[in-house]
Amino acid sequence: MKVTLKVWRQKNRHTPGHFASYQTPQLNPNMSFLEMLDVVNEDLASRGEEPIAFDHDCREGICGTCSLVINGKPHGPHRGVATCQTYLRSFKDGDEIIVEPFRARAFPLVKDLVVDRQAFDRIQHAGGFITVRTGSPPDANAIPVPKESADLAMDAAQCIGCGACVAACKNASAMLFVAAKVSHLGLLPQGQPERYRRVQAMVKQMDAEGFGACTVTGSCEAVCPKEITLDFIARMNRDYGVALLRGAPKKIAGGGA
Amino acid sequence: MATLNSNVPVGPLAQKWEKHKFSNKLINPANKRKYKIIVVGAGLAGSSAAASLAELGYEVHNFVFHDSPRRAHSVAAQGGINAAKNYQNDNDSVYRLFYDTIKGGDFRSREANVYRLAEVSANIIDQCVAQGVPFAREYGGLLDNRSFGGAQVSRTFYARGQTGQQLLLGAYSALCRNIANGGVKSYTHSEMLDLVVVDGHAKGIIVRNLQSGEISRHNADAVVLATGGYGNVFNLSTYARGSNATAIWRAYKRGACFGNPCYTQIHPTCIPVSGDYQSKLTLMSESLRNDGRIWVPKKKEDCRRNPAEIPEADRDYYLERLYGAFGNLAPRDIASRAAKTVCDEGRGVGETGLGVYLDFSDAIQRLGEGKIRERYGNLFAMYHEITNEDAYRTPMRIYPAVHYTMGGLWVDYNLMSNLPGLFVLGEANFSDHGANRLGASALMQGLADGYFVLPATISGYLATQKPDKRPGTDHDSFQQAEENVQGVTRRLLGNKGTRTPASFHKQLGKLLWEHCGMARNKAGLEKGIQLIGELRADYWKNVKVAGEAGEWNQSLELAGRVADFLELGELLCRDALHREESCGGHFREEYQYTKNDAEVQQGLVNPGDVKRRDDQFAYVAAWEYAGEGKPPVLNKEPLVYEEVKMSTRSYK
Ligand SMILES: Cc1cc2nc3c(=O)[nH]c(=O)nc-3n(C[C@H](O)[C@H](O)[C@H](O)COP(=O)(O)OP(=O)(O)OC[C@H]3O[C@@H](n4cnc5c(N)ncnc54)[C@H](O)[C@@H]3O)c2cc1C
Ligand code: FES
Repeated sequence: MKVTLKVWRQKNRHTPGHFASYQTPQLNPNMSFLEMLDVVNEDLASRGEEPIAFDHDCREGICGTCSLVINGKPHGPHRGVATCQTYLRSFKDGDEIIVEPFRARAFPLVKDLVVDRQAFDRIQHAGGFITVRTGSPPDANAIPVPKESADLAMDAAQCIGCGACVAACKNASAMLFVAAKVSHLGLLPQGQPERYRRVQAMVKQMDAEGFGACTVTGSCEAVCPKEITLDFIARMNRDYGVALLRGAPKKIAGGGA
Repeated sequence: MATLNSNVPVGPLAQKWEKHKFSNKLINPANKRKYKIIVVGAGLAGSSAAASLAELGYEVHNFVFHDSPRRAHSVAAQGGINAAKNYQNDNDSVYRLFYDTIKGGDFRSREANVYRLAEVSANIIDQCVAQGVPFAREYGGLLDNRSFGGAQVSRTFYARGQTGQQLLLGAYSALCRNIANGGVKSYTHSEMLDLVVVDGHAKGIIVRNLQSGEISRHNADAVVLATGGYGNVFNLSTYARGSNATAIWRAYKRGACFGNPCYTQIHPTCIPVSGDYQSKLTLMSESLRNDGRIWVPKKKEDCRRNPAEIPEADRDYYLERLYGAFGNLAPRDIASRAAKTVCDEGRGVGETGLGVYLDFSDAIQRLGEGKIRERYGNLFAMYHEITNEDAYRTPMRIYPAVHYTMGGLWVDYNLMSNLPGLFVLGEANFSDHGANRLGASALMQGLADGYFVLPATISGYLATQKPDKRPGTDHDSFQQAEENVQGVTRRLLGNKGTRTPASFHKQLGKLLWEHCGMARNKAGLEKGIQLIGELRADYWKNVKVAGEAGEWNQSLELAGRVADFLELGELLCRDALHREESCGGHFREEYQYTKNDAEVQQGLVNPGDVKRRDDQFAYVAAWEYAGEGKPPVLNKEPLVYEEVKMSTRSYK
């Protein structure tokens, strides 16, 4: 099979971008979408043209690096998979396929289809952790965790941090990402001591990064490669509300000996 | 010649680590912040090390080529992590984990390191649980375990099929906390391109920012490499595409010895290659072997038949036939080689004939489809996405693929290389797995190194270095290293060739797989060395690299990595050629058991199993760079077993 690609090309953030059309060489329907781009790139390079820049690494849907909008959908036509798990058999011979980067104000473009998602890391720095020093914890079985809580925490923890939720949202909101992170730790007994401080700090950083507000349209859930659900956003909103009501903990005066 | 001192402490095995920690010099807390440590890599090994060192008070600078520390290749590990907790009361212990690992490594690892690994394994699980790693649990709320990869006890902890990602997120969260409180400075999209050595000590690195192309110099009192394995030298592997050997290779060229490069692991259960366009091979977790049965048709004529139509009597469940006690759970090297043997006999299945069946029909009948779905649902879904086949109805097709490298930079008991001040952790070092790694033990080793070993040993070296006295980045060695990096870049971009770096990588991979893959022999290896030499010469004549130096340039990144692979590939073959024995993942056709051997007659091993030669090869081969165009120098660290007796590795 062969397809025509309309690909977003942009040298860097300071030069305007444009769509360029490429006719692919002969393809095999069992190729992955990224393997098709490899083939196109080899073709371009051997003709002396600059290959299309795109992000990828594990190519099995777990590292969260790949990030393409394919025919208007982040991570392509199928639910519950990342771009790298999209195969050409989902397309037809002769199709025209539009390929764009994840677009959002908080994800500045690097080149062509590559964007900078470090805003996510900065949200994590703000509070995405449990404070525990190496060497200090009790025996792992000292705190039983009900299987239901562990499973639900795991559902949230599956987030691969790809940013498709942001790319799909008309407001470029990062609520699904932050909610997944907050819920993962907030559902576990180990995460309780910092639960409310965490949610406040992470939401504050999310806002500071320029992500938009959530209007619960659910487009994030529809494109999430790990099928993380909107329920987690509700859960986070509840925690955030409680955190606001509780206010900052009262300072206790005191000192050393 | 390099001086290799393993620095293994004296005394009984079980007390070595405790005693060593006690005798190691400490750094006064007020002085710790005066020491700057560079950690390259933020996989399990790098992020756990960076976070733990920062907690101790050192000034830590962490570099990754990824856009975020959370994307390190560790994220892809599926199956699980071992620890000697004995939560299942199935008679596991530190000693058993130690022994299994030594035996699994075919008696080619350093005994004291392995014992320590088993010893600290239990603390890892405590640490991870406290960080919020959502391991699988039983209904009572306690941790669940499974048996994995050739172990007869259930000591593997897991988080669905995503253990690596969950452990990495745990370590990353610790890293984040230390970035937030100023203990760690994090540099992303920053690729180390050279090691700076001052007066024989590692004192810095040269880095290229992948977004801007900017080259920068960084000094430190000690440099830690936790940059992962080099399996992508084979091009097709289960590694992430970005994994590469550049950091360790350039350190090698600055004088760090490379230990046992030929010890590579070929994993038995991967999805077979389907075409020339293929960019990576996908692992199907070996936990599938707990319930799946591996077979091929007895008769060649049946290979193209629908497997459902092949009667039971005409199927050869070859692992069960050959390795009774372990059967389908035989260790990786053994299972992989057995698959190759039956395919070489012409009994392989699938379009290419390079595949064997992994069949769940018995398990589905016994436990019901629901149970199998619960255990392996995500793996079956992954298999379906890639092959478009439904493994609940028809057996999976699998074939071995390059998966892990046991070899790596040589380190002593303190994880320090022969270059003082250079420490190497995780898959990047050679230390704990000998000639074959057991399943679920790489994650354990990465975290053991980063959380517990390095934080305790690094002070021994730092105490010999005056605080606040590291060389400045204006030192000649920095100047020279930066020029070296700029020179390579200029040479690559200036080349007037016609072929892409990727095409050379593919060619190298095929060459290595053929001459230095699952089965190796003298003639093939010699041929391989010659062909790689020619390919390398061709590379520098004919490679063509697009784009410019001062921008995001993936062709340039790859070109540098492939240049290093082209050199490393040759060292791999040289090591394999010199090791005239078979052990673990290193199978030399000349050295295998035959039906005339006593061990076969006693029923310990099968004809065709690997045959070690302990009298001549019970050592670590630590290769030392001798300069461009010169053959590397072989240094040997003898392997001394104080506790266990080297014996024939029997899994029958
Ligand atoms: C598909 C798959 C499944 C696996 N499953 C299991 C399992 O179930 N259990 C198990 O125990 N093991 C498993 N393994 C093996 C295990 O995952 C790895 O051995 C381990 O995670 C390696 O960790 P690491 O920290 O050493 O390196 P990595 O995780 O590879 O990290 C390397 C780091 O170094 C950085 N880096 C590298 N080079 C440079 C450079 N030049 N400059 C700057 N930064 C650099 C990278 O950015 C990255 O942060 C699996 C491996 C694969 C491929
Ligand atoms: S490349 Fe890793 S998720 Fe797609």
